[in-house]
Amino acid sequence: MNAPTSMGARPPHLLDFQDWTPERLGAILDNADTMLQVLDRPVKKVPALQGLTVCNAFFENSTRTRTSFELAARRMSADVLTFAAGASSVSKGESLRDTLEVLTSYKVDAYIVRHHAAGAAHLVARYSGKPVINAGDGRRAHPTQALLDAYTIRQEYGSLEGKKVAILGDVRHSRVARSNAELLPKLGAQVVLCGPATLLPPGLASMPGVTLTTDPREAVRGAHAVMALRLQRERMSGGFLGSLQEYADTYQVNDTLLKEAESGAIVLHPGPMNRDLEISSDAADGPQSRILKQVENGQAIRMSVLYHLLVGRN
Amino acid sequence: MTPKATILTADEVRRALTRIAHEIIERNKGAENLALIGVHTRGIPLARRLAEKLSTLEGVDVPTGMLDITLYRDDLSEVAQQPIIRETQVPFDLRDRRVILVDDVLYTGRTVRAALDALIDLGRPAGIQLAVLVDRGHRELPIRADYVGKNLPTAASEVVKVKLQETDDVDSVELWDMEALR
Repeated sequence: MNAPTSMGARPPHLLDFQDWTPERLGAILDNADTMLQVLDRPVKKVPALQGLTVCNAFFENSTRTRTSFELAARRMSADVLTFAAGASSVSKGESLRDTLEVLTSYKVDAYIVRHHAAGAAHLVARYSGKPVINAGDGRRAHPTQALLDAYTIRQEYGSLEGKKVAILGDVRHSRVARSNAELLPKLGAQVVLCGPATLLPPGLASMPGVTLTTDPREAVRGAHAVMALRLQRERMSGGFLGSLQEYADTYQVNDTLLKEAESGAIVLHPGPMNRDLEISSDAADGPQSRILKQVENGQAIRMSVLYHLLVGRN
Repeated sequence: MTPKATILTADEVRRALTRIAHEIIERNKGAENLALIGVHTRGIPLARRLAEKLSTLEGVDVPTGMLDITLYRDDLSEVAQQPIIRETQVPFDLRDRRVILVDDVLYTGRTVRAALDALIDLGRPAGIQLAVLVDRGHRELPIRADYVGKNLPTAASEVVKVKLQETDDVDSVELWDMEALR
């Protein structure tokens, strides 16, 4: 049995969600159920991608995402070539294009790209001619993170239809916020982005299904899922915030703020957390937290994404 | 559009399954420590029917499961369309059980090869046997069935259509010309 044509043409890459229909995105989430089952077996591996080589091209540090992708690819039986820029010739001034030519001669079948510059994954897609999964490009997009967030919410409520998701924090610098704002409304959810005005670009309000507010209580009211974004301390030198304490006093996701949400609302965080800054320890470790679930789901989602991009030529 | 021939009627399907159930009992000296696992799609109702017959004949409840072999196919790097992954559900321990793998049609043997690998990754069964409703020949791998409802010599240009109440509202096995189905 093959994928129905109603899903639309399959996009060759996962750079963002622009070319992905809700049906096809739904299929990625559905297949993640199967991948979770695989991870629960004595043999946590299937031969689906045997013979293929996946290159983990990380031009920006990220132990968690890299590990998750690496394990996901191995569990699908792909060979993994890990290319971390810190230890490579990129630090010697080699251009992205030259680096790719070298990697291509290793006969890589697909790329997973993390880069500090927005659009880098698009460049790799164009130069390499191979399927590319964006693992985070600048502030632009981090699609697999949004998919695992969507999956975690769906796991809880069965569907995203009509669910309200509040995302709090440094929205301005967050590719996680942008990808979620793009994905969740496609799947029927409503997204509220919240943070101090300096960290809340007004342009995002034009995205369908997305509203903005600087009031955390309003953002969280009636929400089914509350996501705290990592506050990048290193980005705070630009004068976006008065002080970290002031930020925590207003925008921290904690038990007090969670009282405004739907009862039983789940707490999400893309990690790594600044405990007691954007999220309190009681919220991070409490019964509503699904933060470790997100990590587990991330692996299953990435296995599913690899399947969807690498199996079947059409 | 009509089939070239009806190979098995509803009654014949029922009798074939009853005979297979008897053979399973005879060969395994009862129905203890068995499990029936159906391969998607039509192996699943067939496995359930065999379980019912074993229960009637021996008074033993044989657990059933369903297996999807998509991630184990040997042609995943070549397929044009993306195959849909369906549910695998084996809610019991396979260790120390003899598993009877059930499918509707045995043809090239590639599905069975994939199913054997998938099954062993779920746990190490004490043994695996294969039951099929129709064996149509043309094997591409060294695989044979332990229980066969009907041996049917076919041409590669023919299609064997198994229809079951649970999936198609009728029980029958038909032989079609591939041309007629286009």
